[in-house]
Amino acid sequence: MKVVIVDYGAGNTRSVVAALAHLGHEGVVTSNPDAIVDAPAVVLPGVGSARSAMVHLKTTGAAGALRERTANRSLTLGICLGMQLATDHSEEDGGVAGLALISGDVVRLTRGRVPRLGWAFVEALGDAFYFAHSYVVRSPHAVAWSDDVVAAVSVDGFVGVQFHPEKSGPAGLDFLARCLSPA
Amino acid sequence: MPLARLIPCLDVANGRVVKGVSFSTLRDVGDPVELAQLYSDGGADELVFLDIAATPERAATTVGLVARVADVLTIPFTVGGGVRTLADASRVIESGADRVSLNSRAVADPSLIDAVARRYGTQAVVVAIDALDGVVYTHGGREATGASVVPWAVEATERGAGEILLTSIRHDGHRRGYDLELIGAVRDAVSTPVIASGGAGSAHDVAEALRVCDAALVASIVHDSPGELERLREEIEKLGVALRPRRRRDG
Repeated sequence: MKVVIVDYGAGNTRSVVAALAHLGHEGVVTSNPDAIVDAPAVVLPGVGSARSAMVHLKTTGAAGALRERTANRSLTLGICLGMQLATDHSEEDGGVAGLALISGDVVRLTRGRVPRLGWAFVEALGDAFYFAHSYVVRSPHAVAWSDDVVAAVSVDGFVGVQFHPEKSGPAGLDFLARCLSPA
Repeated sequence: MPLARLIPCLDVANGRVVKGVSFSTLRDVGDPVELAQLYSDGGADELVFLDIAATPERAATTVGLVARVADVLTIPFTVGGGVRTLADASRVIESGADRVSLNSRAVADPSLIDAVARRYGTQAVVVAIDALDGVVYTHGGREATGASVVPWAVEATERGAGEILLTSIRHDGHRRGYDLELIGAVRDAVSTPVIASGGAGSAHDVAEALRVCDAALVASIVHDSPGELERLREEIEKLGVALRPRRRRDG
């Protein structure tokens, strides 16, 4: 299957392409709105800062394309910053309006070491995954947690994960395979 | 809190993994991509590649290597050595590395830390500190600076380092245990995670380090064969330190 990976200028898209290749999927990196709307599955990856990512997504028209996908209930997987950008608002960079694909907001981590780095259990998924983040999502659509941190959200075709499935070894590949299978 | 991490470090020169036999002799021990895969299979939580022969002319070799590693590896990896500018960091990260490690250049120009963190986030920036008697050393531990270790670690994290990779020069390579006092002092002073480096000789040494910080770098202790990593992990867990559970992919 062709999976579109949304390019917003600062993401580590190569690792996502590689993980998809392990599963026999072809990752296509683009910010083209038509390609995003039409793809059977889209990944919104997650490295960089919220403000520059939003600027990039708006200028390229990718933001509107992503909203159209959720209106159609098409599968979109947001990873780390990609999940955070899907909410209404983030505290990062002095406050940034998000894509508002899902209800919720993003606040800075106040407990433990920041950034929260390393492998942590996600009980609902029965495995440990790799996390690397300083901000956390608060959302009524949360479906999985890790140490009280929202690890996954799911609503209307949008699936968001705070961890990096493309960097979580066999557990991450299995998660990606399951996530992409209904598409 | 995330689980304690065990991080094998691979020294790379001219696109190959090497092992220092003495200061001047480097022995070729293999292909970085193959070794990375073996360590990953052995349960490494993360890998660090340190380009010990990095020069601006050879930057392309490093970038090519990073891309090849990123294509096969499904665990995070950090690349250090020769990252002198934001453009260098961009090339490494956009080729597929998760994090860059800054050392000498960050001491000479601390604003490099701010620049990389602003662009890629603090989780993408590791600041490596080589310490001897409380003083920061640069250029592979050969040059003493005027900086003290703890204040430099604090400044680096305030500027945007998401983790400190702390090596005790005195303990490095001796395999008699990490410098727990130094590691504890730095970890108490910063709010980011800290990776201990230098001195691992046994599972007991690594377990002791993981009780005072967040991750341990291992080099010579697992370099004779990557299979040793699996045994090391089991021994560390028997000593009561929880590590990531091993699982092979279904099907």
